[in-house]
Amino acid sequence: MKINSTTIPLPIDNIDTDQIIPAKFLKQVDKKGYGKHLFRNWRYSEGDSQDPDFILNKPERKEATILLAGNNFGCGSSREHAAWALADFGIRAIISTQFADIFKGNAYNNGIVPIELEKEQVNVLIRGSLQNPNLKIEIDLENQKVLSPALGIKETFDIHPFKKQCLVEGVNETEFLINLRPEIQEFESKRIQLP
Amino acid sequence: MVKTLFDKIWDSHVVKSVAEGLDVLFIDQHYIHEVTSPQAFDGLRNRGIQVLFPERCTATTDHNVPTVNQLKPIKDPLSATQVASLQKNCEEFGIELYGIGHEKQGIVHIIGPELGITQPGMTIVCGDSHTSTHGAFGTIAFGIGTSQVEQVLAAQALILSHPKTMKIEVSGTLGFGVSSKDVILYIISKLGTQGATGHFVEYAGDVFRNMSMEERMTVCNMSIEMGARGGLIGIDDRTIDYVASKTEISEEKIAYWKSLNTDQDAEFDQVISLKGEDIQPMVTTGTAPDTGVTFGKNVGDASHLSQKALEYMQFKPGEKIDDQKIDYVFIGSCTNGRIEDLRSVADLVKGKKKANNVNVWVVPGSMKVRSQAIEENLDKIFTEAGFEFREPGCSACLAMNDDKIPAGSLCVSTSNRNFEGRQGDGARTVLASPLTAAASAITGKITDPRVFLNEN
Ligand code: SF4
Repeated sequence: MKINSTTIPLPIDNIDTDQIIPAKFLKQVDKKGYGKHLFRNWRYSEGDSQDPDFILNKPERKEATILLAGNNFGCGSSREHAAWALADFGIRAIISTQFADIFKGNAYNNGIVPIELEKEQVNVLIRGSLQNPNLKIEIDLENQKVLSPALGIKETFDIHPFKKQCLVEGVNETEFLINLRPEIQEFESKRIQLP
Repeated sequence: MVKTLFDKIWDSHVVKSVAEGLDVLFIDQHYIHEVTSPQAFDGLRNRGIQVLFPERCTATTDHNVPTVNQLKPIKDPLSATQVASLQKNCEEFGIELYGIGHEKQGIVHIIGPELGITQPGMTIVCGDSHTSTHGAFGTIAFGIGTSQVEQVLAAQALILSHPKTMKIEVSGTLGFGVSSKDVILYIISKLGTQGATGHFVEYAGDVFRNMSMEERMTVCNMSIEMGARGGLIGIDDRTIDYVASKTEISEEKIAYWKSLNTDQDAEFDQVISLKGEDIQPMVTTGTAPDTGVTFGKNVGDASHLSQKALEYMQFKPGEKIDDQKIDYVFIGSCTNGRIEDLRSVADLVKGKKKANNVNVWVVPGSMKVRSQAIEENLDKIFTEAGFEFREPGCSACLAMNDDKIPAGSLCVSTSNRNFEGRQGDGARTVLASPLTAAASAITGKITDPRVFLNEN
């Protein structure tokens, strides 16, 4: 699996899930259509008009599927709506120096690859993206590489082999667990039962 | 082999290992609320399967519920639908629901302990990051996303990587007027919002030993605000007495719980040592919980403060935090919406009146907290002070119901997050203890509670 795309730089640290999707948009009972509310309070000025200066609204970033974010992306609430909004908007990978734990899990469960690189490399990518919006970078999931010959980037990233298998082969964790139900029931029945 | 409390609980819940460092962990207790569960129940329906252990699930409505005239139909159609779908899902899948109007209804992290459901040694999850609250009872408790809510409904287990462990030790004693909220705001200001990412924290030392269970819950509640997966505290007589006061407990259980505590020489991946004597009342000045300062400091003295945050808060770096005029005070949430919190507020404000420039909302964390407060006549103290004493729910902690702080208004809040817009679009939030919130309500500006308290 390879992702070859232009990028959206968002070099802000500690972007919390309330910014990714504010609470007032958590009232739906389905998973659809959250992309239009992504970064709602930053992306829209008064009412429903998009702020043309916000990076996500720029025409040259429309096709991008890779987000380049500041440190500690996705901190705060456990709301998976943040991952649904990013996925619905078209984001398939996020590169940062560190992700908040719950968000990271939510990203995987929605087919978004969270990639952690050293600060120096993230900065090179962000600078490169700011200078040239048309610059594409490649993410090669099988070989765990982020590649940009133009920027001299050829970095390896860590991913747990099981998570990689889930993404590459489309293994679904929920189905995996459902198949384990008999084992889980047996485990439960054998646990120490104190009165 | 010597082990930590965390590892003893974890190891006793591993169904099997899937791969190096990745375990299938059995979950004892699953708390559910209306916002993060509808899509998970839909997932079950689409697969045509039932909840594996409905008796291990407990549901409540809290995030969306109104805090005035709670029993009237909810005006916002989206909130109403969400609340109704939880009811339908619980009926269909056989899950106990403490919905609006039920005497056991309340914020999910308040009712679990108060009903005696949360017990030492358990693994506990909820589609909510502040599930860490339950760690106060010596449990592994943590927040999960909706896909994982579906997994727990379907299989009562999760695939998890073993986190690193961190011990945060606070020795000594706390000074006069310093509360557990100040302790956790202090720790977070030291570590930063990502200081404990990837770790599970154990809080140790005399300061936590001397805390009541409710104070311990306040500390564990905010573990997530420094990035920790969760935080827990060792099991002692206070833990056991609390649980035993809520439900019947056998001697065998008590003996087992006591055996779970961290062994003397157990190792942690990281150890942080702090002194209780160094901690003072704190308030935040930025838009992340790690921006706490003590009174008398300038707003710009806060650690981890960005220019962007100062601008959003409309603070100037040279200004003192004391004397900032406020518009709202919010007392409530799963951090500080318990009976002891309301008692400490009532003690301070008794016989006093709020300042004219502030609106004060006191929102109890549960129906039980509310009726207890009424029984103790705390409600009268609040109304006489000009505070609004409301009905239970998450309320202005995240402003999903009508309880929104207007844009530009400054609010002293006992909740856990001061993110941009958290309490309403454009709202500015200062996190503080219930005592600080109470003192600020009286003066109308951000106020050190010690000016109102009598030492000894
Ligand atoms: S009170 Fe606030 S933090 Fe606690 S569960 Fe409700 S919304 Fe979340």
